[in-house]
Parts: sequence; C-alpha cells; structure tokens
Amino acid sequence: MARAADARKRSTHVTATTAASAPTGGADPYAKPGALTPAGAAPVIRLIGLEKYYGDNHVLKGCNLEVYPAETICIIGRSGSGKSTLLRCANFLEEPTVGTVEIDGIQVRADPLRARSKEHREQIREIRTRAGMVFQQFNLFPHLRVIDNLTLAPVQVKGVPREQAIRTAEHYLAQVGLSHKRDEFPARLSGGEQQRVAIARALAMEPKVLMFDEPTSALDPTLIGEVLRVMEDLAHGGATMIVVTHEMHFAREAADRVYFIEDGEFVEAGPPDDLLSAPQDPRTRRFLERISREERLARAGRVRGVRRRGGRSSVSGGEGSDGATDAVEGDADDGEG
Amino acid sequence: MRGLAAQQPGIDPSMVASTQTIVADIRRARQRSSLRFRLIFIGTWFVLVGGLSVALASTGRIHVDFLAEWAPFFLGGVPLTIFVSVVSIAFAVVFALIGALGRISTIAPIFATATLYVSLVRGTPLIVQIFFVYSALPQFGIVLPAIVAGIFALSFNYGAYMTEIFRAGIEAVPRGQIEAAHALGMSDAQTMRRIVLPQAVRIVIPAIGNEFIAMIKDSALVSFVALQELFWRARTTGSANFASFETLIFAAVVYWLLTITFSTAQEWLERRMRESDRRT
Repeated sequence: MARAADARKRSTHVTATTAASAPTGGADPYAKPGALTPAGAAPVIRLIGLEKYYGDNHVLKGCNLEVYPAETICIIGRSGSGKSTLLRCANFLEEPTVGTVEIDGIQVRADPLRARSKEHREQIREIRTRAGMVFQQFNLFPHLRVIDNLTLAPVQVKGVPREQAIRTAEHYLAQVGLSHKRDEFPARLSGGEQQRVAIARALAMEPKVLMFDEPTSALDPTLIGEVLRVMEDLAHGGATMIVVTHEMHFAREAADRVYFIEDGEFVEAGPPDDLLSAPQDPRTRRFLERISREERLARAGRVRGVRRRGGRSSVSGGEGSDGATDAVEGDADDGEG
Repeated sequence: MRGLAAQQPGIDPSMVASTQTIVADIRRARQRSSLRFRLIFIGTWFVLVGGLSVALASTGRIHVDFLAEWAPFFLGGVPLTIFVSVVSIAFAVVFALIGALGRISTIAPIFATATLYVSLVRGTPLIVQIFFVYSALPQFGIVLPAIVAGIFALSFNYGAYMTEIFRAGIEAVPRGQIEAAHALGMSDAQTMRRIVLPQAVRIVIPAIGNEFIAMIKDSALVSFVALQELFWRARTTGSANFASFETLIFAAVVYWLLTITFSTAQEWLERRMRESDRRT
C-alpha cells in the first residue's frame, strides 16, 4: 500500500501518444523504472515492435513494452483489443509476425517462416523458462497431484533434483496459502484454489517475470478476492508482473503503470491514479466509463451480466461465469469508437 | 436438512417429521421398482434362453453324452483363445500408439506412412491378412510359427483400428493443457509424454475394453492357421463326427459366456474409474 503511494509520487503521467506515433521497433515511451526497481537495473522484459496477423487480420500493430524489475504492469482493454494476444506473443504461444522479445537478456526475433527450426524453438524454450504464465482457465494438469503439478517442469525442464524441487514447490504452495492441499488432485480444489496453485506452479520455475492472462475472469465472483490477494502480495513483494485484467481495483492497488490497448496498439499508459482517474484519450475515457458502469451494475444487486448491443441492452442475472467482465467482452464487437 | 429446519422458529416439528417420512417413502418406492425391474429382466431372460434351449434340444440332434465326452477337449482351447486375445490386444496397443503418433505428426512422410497403414489394413479383410502372414510370407523364406503369425496378424489389424481411437483420444486432450506445458518450457516430446498421453490413455481405456471383447471373437479366425483354440477344436471335432450342430452351439455358448464375463469386468472397471474421477 505504502509502495503504491510511493510509486504514484514518483511517476508523472505521460500524456496521450498513440503507439502509431511512436517509432515502430523503438523503445516503450512510457517505460520508467518502478518504485521498487533497484537503481540502474535494466528492463527484465522488452517487447519491441510486436505485430501479429491472423491471416489478413491485423491484431497487434507494433506494440512496445518494457518492464523493469519489481514492476507490476496492468494491460487493460476490451476483449478483442489484442491484450491477450500480446501476452501470448510475448512467450511465443503465438508466433508473432514481426518483432522481438527480450527476456532477461535472451533475445528472440519473430520468425514465422522458420518457426519449427530447432534453433528457434530452443530460443523460445529459453524465454519460456524465464517467463511464468498464468491462464484464465488455470490449466492445471488434472492427472497430477498439486505437488507434482509444481515439480514437473522444474525437474523435467531445468533439471532440478527432485528433493530440491519438492522443497521449492512447498515453499511456493505455502506462499499462496495452500500447503494443506499438497497431495490433492486439482479437480478437488475450488476455482480460486486452482488458480492459486497455477500461480504457485508458475512461481516454482522461479521466472524473471510473471504474466497473467485475465486470471480472475473464469472465477465465480466470490472466489476472485483470494486470487487477487495473492497477486497483490506478489506485486508488493517485488515480483515483476504483467497482468492482463479487468479488475480496476487491482490495477489501482498494485500496478506501477497501466496500459490501455485498443485495436492492437497502446493508446495511453501511465500510473494507475492518473490513467484511471484522468484519462487523456477519449477512447480510454469511453472504456473506463463503460467499465465503471458495469461495476456499478454488478454491485447493484444480483445482476451479473449486462450486454449492450447497438443501444439496446439486455440484462441477465444470476449464476454462472457470466461475470461483469463478460459484459465488457460483449462490447467488443459493437463497433463504437 | 432436519437440523436446519428445526432450528428455525415457527416451523412445526411435526411437519418436519412428515417431510422426512415422505422422503423415506420415496426412496423405498424407488428401490422397490428398481428391484422389480431387475427381477423381470432376469425372468424374461430365463424364459427366452430356456425356450431356446428346449427348442434346440427338441430337434433331437444334441447328443449330451457326446458333448460331455468332448467338453474337456473343447474347453481346453479356451486358455489359448484368451492367451491369443490378451497378447494380441497388448501388441495392438503398441501398434496403435505408434500409428496415432504418426497420424498427428506434421512430418509428411511419417504422416503418410501412418495413414497408409490405417487405410491398407482397414481396407482389406482380416482373414486375408492372417493367411497372408501365415501362407504367403513363407514364399519369401519368412516362416512364422502359427501362433506368432496369428498374433501378429490380429494385432497388426486391430492396431490400425485402434490408431484412430488413440488419435481421437490424443486430440481430445484440451489445448490449454499443451499450452500450459509449453509455457513452462516443456518440449513437444516432454509435453506428449508427461501431459498428453497420460490423459489420452484415460480417455481411450473404455474403447480398448470394447476392442478386447471384439478381439475374443475375432481370435476364432486364427483357427484357420491351425491354432488349436476353442473354435478349431469345436469345428474339427464336429465335422469329423457329423456333429457340427452341437459342437458349434457349444463353442458359441462358450464365446458368449467369455464376452459377458469380460464386458461385466469392463463395466465394473469403468465405474471404478468414474468414481475415482469424482473423488480426485
């Protein structure tokens, strides 16, 4: 908390510059060492001029991002704006069409034509062992106990001796508060517990940067809090994190900078209090207004899902994963802006 | 349920009790009707099978003394039938695993080879394949003992069918599992071995059970390469003594009992698996 306030004082808001005006292949104009970053540290992760086409569909249009050690970055935007694609391109779950990813000094240039070459894949594996990923759907391995979910990759990929991997795994399980679930199978855990195990699994690889792809979007509203608390503790504890999220409260609380992405490019970025309270770009403003409207509605009662299309709005209440975030997703295709 | 209701003020305790009675009555009624259904099922089978047996016996062609004399000889073929089926299904699983990995390969010659295997084997009769291995290969100096030829032909054939089962099982493992493994830095081979195959095997186990039961019946075909299993013994004895009618019925009944036994075992195994899935 103190840290967030500190970060706010030290950062000044960068006025709206569209990514289009920033030189492609150049550095991230918004980047600056965070409040917890050791002096003189270089960025842990640099995404340089990332572009992605799906066929003729231009999904990412030259994204630059630099994250310094111990920083937490939130990326917000509608669904379909490219925010998940950006994260997936950063560890090559999707091969970017153009661009370079650098994590912990390892540089990999997008090479879609030679994506299957041995050398390229080895480089990608180097990057992946340094960047932990937490998915929306948790993706725990259902046939393995919790402890084996955590030790598998360290043993298989990094060659960590088994006993040591178990000790590390137990340490991170304790950190997410699930030591007592050590020998359970994932199906026995609640969604919130599964996601916390997934976070511990990513941590067990001791990555340089943690990437979260909408980690609470698949969760029942009552379970979101426990996951966000773990993430906030990590952020305040000096982890380097990139979080794609709809949780504005988390962004406000834990982020050093918030990036707003639309149509595959960063529109605006800045410290959360500046960007979330006084957005400069009309597109950011429109997005935030919609989000706060959804949040109000969601808080107002049992109404959890709101979809607006072309002025008409339909409201569905009640159960299911149809959370307020889904309502925002629904907005993605109504062609405004 | 009762505790909760009883704690609430203003709820008549006698009403709570009567609800409990109704719940118990419903449960008892369900149990009674399910028991009745099962009894009628067994009774119907008894009548049908009994009627069939009487009809067959009334032909006057079933010589009980003859069957009693030869039964030990026929039944002596059962171990070989089971042995051939078990060994063949085991090798078929190996063929199927290799075939399935080929069928999902992105390397063209491997994919082409696996596809040819499936197409060729599924496109030709099993009996032709068995004779080919046993009778045609010796022309090239490859002489296999009957049992080896039979098991090889059966497992090669079933492997092709099961290749498609295994491929479907592998593809049924959710995409997110592979992504999670890749994101942890695991290679394609590690992901396949540690994440995809263990989950795929669980998916295809019921299907392997079905194939095994089919295998027990198809194993009768190896009698044509002079393997003295159940069907061979029944057929040769029957035709030598002009008693094919009763010997074949005898063999059919034994096959039937075998498949019933194994499919019951399979259902039990599947139920166990479902329960452990729920538990885990």
